[in-house]
Formats: sequence, C-alpha cells, structure tokens
Amino acid sequence: MNQKVFHTGALKLYGKYVSIIVKSAMQYRASFIMFVFGRFFVSFNVFLGIFFMFQRFHSVKGFSYREVLLCFSIVLLEFSLAEMYARGFDVFPSMVRQGDFDRILLRPRSAVLQVLGSRFELTRLGAFVQSIVMFVYAVWTGGVRWTFSKIAALSLMLICGSALFTSMFMIGAAFSFFTLERLEFMNVFTDAAREYGKYPLGIYGKKLLWITTFLLPYALVQYYPLLYLLDRRDSILYVFLPLPAALFLIPAYLFWRVGVRHYKSTGS
Amino acid sequence: MKKYISFFRLRLVMGLQYRSAAVAGMVTQFFWGFMEIMMFQAFYEADPAAFPMTGRGLAAYIWLQQAFLAFFETWSIDWEIFSDILSGNIAYELCRPIHIYDMWFSRNVGNRLARGALRCLPILLVAVLLPEPYGLRAPASIPNLFLFIMTLILGLLVLVALIMVLYVMTCYTLSSDGLRALFSSVVDFFAGAVIPLPFFPAGMRRIMEVLPFAALQNVPLRVYSGDLTGPELLRAIALQFFWLVVLIGIGKFLCLKAERRAVIQGG
Repeated sequence: MNQKVFHTGALKLYGKYVSIIVKSAMQYRASFIMFVFGRFFVSFNVFLGIFFMFQRFHSVKGFSYREVLLCFSIVLLEFSLAEMYARGFDVFPSMVRQGDFDRILLRPRSAVLQVLGSRFELTRLGAFVQSIVMFVYAVWTGGVRWTFSKIAALSLMLICGSALFTSMFMIGAAFSFFTLERLEFMNVFTDAAREYGKYPLGIYGKKLLWITTFLLPYALVQYYPLLYLLDRRDSILYVFLPLPAALFLIPAYLFWRVGVRHYKSTGS
Repeated sequence: MKKYISFFRLRLVMGLQYRSAAVAGMVTQFFWGFMEIMMFQAFYEADPAAFPMTGRGLAAYIWLQQAFLAFFETWSIDWEIFSDILSGNIAYELCRPIHIYDMWFSRNVGNRLARGALRCLPILLVAVLLPEPYGLRAPASIPNLFLFIMTLILGLLVLVALIMVLYVMTCYTLSSDGLRALFSSVVDFFAGAVIPLPFFPAGMRRIMEVLPFAALQNVPLRVYSGDLTGPELLRAIALQFFWLVVLIGIGKFLCLKAERRAVIQGG
C-alpha cells in the first residue's frame, strides 16, 4: 500500500472514533445528561463571578461589563473547542503509564490522530453548549459595530486561539513521556489561561502582558484583536495578530516528536 | 473511637507520601493566587471606594485559600468510596464491626489534613515574603490567630460532613458524576470560592451567610485579617457548629437507611 492511500480518510477515521465514543456514552444516558448539566454550571460560575464583580465595580481598567463579557466568551469558546477535540492529550499520561501507547505505535496510522481519537469529550458538551450560548449572547449585546475585518479578526481569534490551547495540551502530553505523570503545573498554561483570560490580559499589568505576548502568546488571540473589535485600535495589523500564535503548534509538535522518540514503554 | 483514629492516621500517613505531587501542586496554586490578587488589584484601582475589604484582608483571604485549598476543594473526593459502592466491595465494609459513616468521615478528614499539611507551609512562607500589596501579613492579633485555627478546623469538618451527604446519596443513585459536578459548582459559588462573600450585593449576602456553605472557608479566611469581627463573628462560629451537627445528623440518617436497603452490586 502506498503512503497516499494510507493517509486518505484520516478525517473519516477520526469520525469513526468519535461515533464509537458517542455510542458508548449513550449506554449510560441518565448519567450522561446529569454530567452535561453539571459541567454547564461549572463554567457558569465564572460568568456569575464576573457578573457580581460588575454589580459593584462598573468598569475595570476602562473595560465595561459587556466588553469583558465578549472577551470572556471568546476565550471560553477557544478553550472549549480545543478541549472537545484535544482532550485525548490531557488523559495521555495515564496512557503512557499503563503502556497503552505501545499499541498506538504498532498501528499504521499517525499517533497524534489516534491520541486525539482516544477521547472525544462528550461530557464537555455542557461546557461547549454554554460557551456557544455565552458567545452568541455576548456578541449580540456587545455593542460592536461589525465590519468585514472585525468578523475576520473574530474568526482568526477563535481558530488560532483553539490552536494555541491545543498546542499547550500537546506540550503537557509530551512532558509525560519523560515524567510518566500528569504534571499539575501544566494547568497554569491551559486552565489558568482560560480562567484569567476572562478579563482582557491588559488589566493584569505590563509584565503579564509582556509574558503573554512574547512567551505564551495568549494576548495575541485575546487582548490585541479584542482592542480592534472594540475600536480602541484601528490598524489592520491587529486583525492578523492571532496568526503567529497558531505557529505555536510547530514547536509543540516538534517537542511531541522528541517525546515519542524518547519513549520507553513502562512495560505494564 | 480508637479504630476511627487509626483510620484517620492511616490516611494521614498515606497522604504524606505524595511529596512530588505536592510540589507541583504548590507551584500551580502559587500562580493562581498571584493572578487572583492581580485581578482584584485591577478592580481596586477602578474604584477603591467600592472595594468591600482591605487590601491586606483580601491578600490574606487569597493566600490562605490557596494554602489550605486541600481542606476546602469540592472536586477532590475519596475515589475509593465510590468504587467500593459501585463494585460491591462495600459489602466487606458493612461486615466489619464499625460504623461506615464514622469510618468514611475519619478517612476523609485524614486525607484532607495530610494534603493540606504538605502544601500549606511553603505557600505561606513565600506569601509572607511578598511585598505589599501582594503579600500575606501577620494576623490582626494573637486571638485572631487562634480563632483562625479553630474556625479552619470547624470549616474542614463541616465540608467533610457536607461531602458525606453526597457519598451516601451515591448509594441511592449509583452514578455520581452528574451529582458531583453540580454539587461542586453550587458549593464553590456559595462558599466564596469564586469571589469572597463580601463582594456580593448586601441582600444576597444576607441569605448566603446563613447557608451551610458560608460555614466553610468564608469564616477562617476572614477571621485571620480581622475582616469578620464582633457579633458577626460569633454568629458565624455558632452557625459552623449548628451546620456541623445538622449535616452529620442528615448524613448518618441517610446512611442508616441506605444500609438497611443496601443492594450489593454483584461481582
């Protein structure tokens, strides 16, 4: 079989993985519905936190409630998109520890694809639905005068933002080739970015903005294009700032490759 | 009583083994604490007059919250209890000459105490060294320190009593995922884990303060800096005792009923 035949249908294979996971989740329907419902409330708490803070303070560093809400909903959607399809990386450490990764390496398909397909977080559907609702609401009430370039900026934020979160999941997974354990501090790069990305990153001061611009480029998919959406900046450059953030996938993938090469089975 | 103390000790010793996980956890918690303070700082600058706590009071609240996270986190639970219920191993536990409620209770307190003890000191130490307005300062007075320790332990006991109700309910529902997610988000919100209770509007706050959830972290974290004083403090401590008794009562009652109708999942 030649290489080309091998690679056609990667998407189809992924679809197959997803459909199997959906079927197995549906065997426990009541539990599934409860969990989706529960997850809905988890991210709803963050919204309530913002809501009640703005009951007391009417703006933060020049951002109003609805502007912050727009920011929060964009980051939340970026994260939940990434979480839906890349969650496999998050549970990957247990795969390494239990030796399941051996099986993946034996199969004639890309390891990344198989890891992605190992988990499709249906249970995160609650968080996902909530982020969609939040997003539609925030865009609706955000008071942004939408133009073509602003829609382009928003789309790039979502695509590149979820790519950035995916790279972080991937880096976390690659670390486990060396440590065999899930590293809790990786949460700083994913969960904390979602949690504190609810406010425009500029409010946390210059140092943090610098770090999130040049080291962990979250500001590129959040703060700068947001300024463009809110008419604080009008250079067209701001529309395309999310693009370099997506390039983070390259070092993440390379690191993953180094990890795979370094992989020694735990043998269990 | 002796046997429950040994369950408690067993868990304490076990929990103290996980030192590397504790280090990784501390780094994360430290970062979260820092971000949290910077966030509140931004709001403080937006409108200092509307800020309901002192800067020091808030910094103390956040650092103590991070240091003693293991005491109050709602999403970490004793997996063994769930798997015992689901796998049917609970049958063995029921055969033993012990009360299952008391055993679970002491195991849980031991677990949380061990995790908290491992993590709190380094976090507190670093937090003390941070400059104003980020750092943790000395408690308002010596009595405040003692009151802090007392209400901290009471809060831990109330939380375990609350979680016990959840465990026992699993005996009825078997599937716990949904219930747990719901439980954890409701408790976190009303306990002041999302934002401290003083930040809520007055009317809402009055209701929240009498709920059992306000008897958890809300009391110790605010006593330390003197944010909670006088009659308000006395009432909060009284409520802690009240909810502890009520929740243990509910838990024990449900547990007794569950034991009577226990259907063991075979296998």
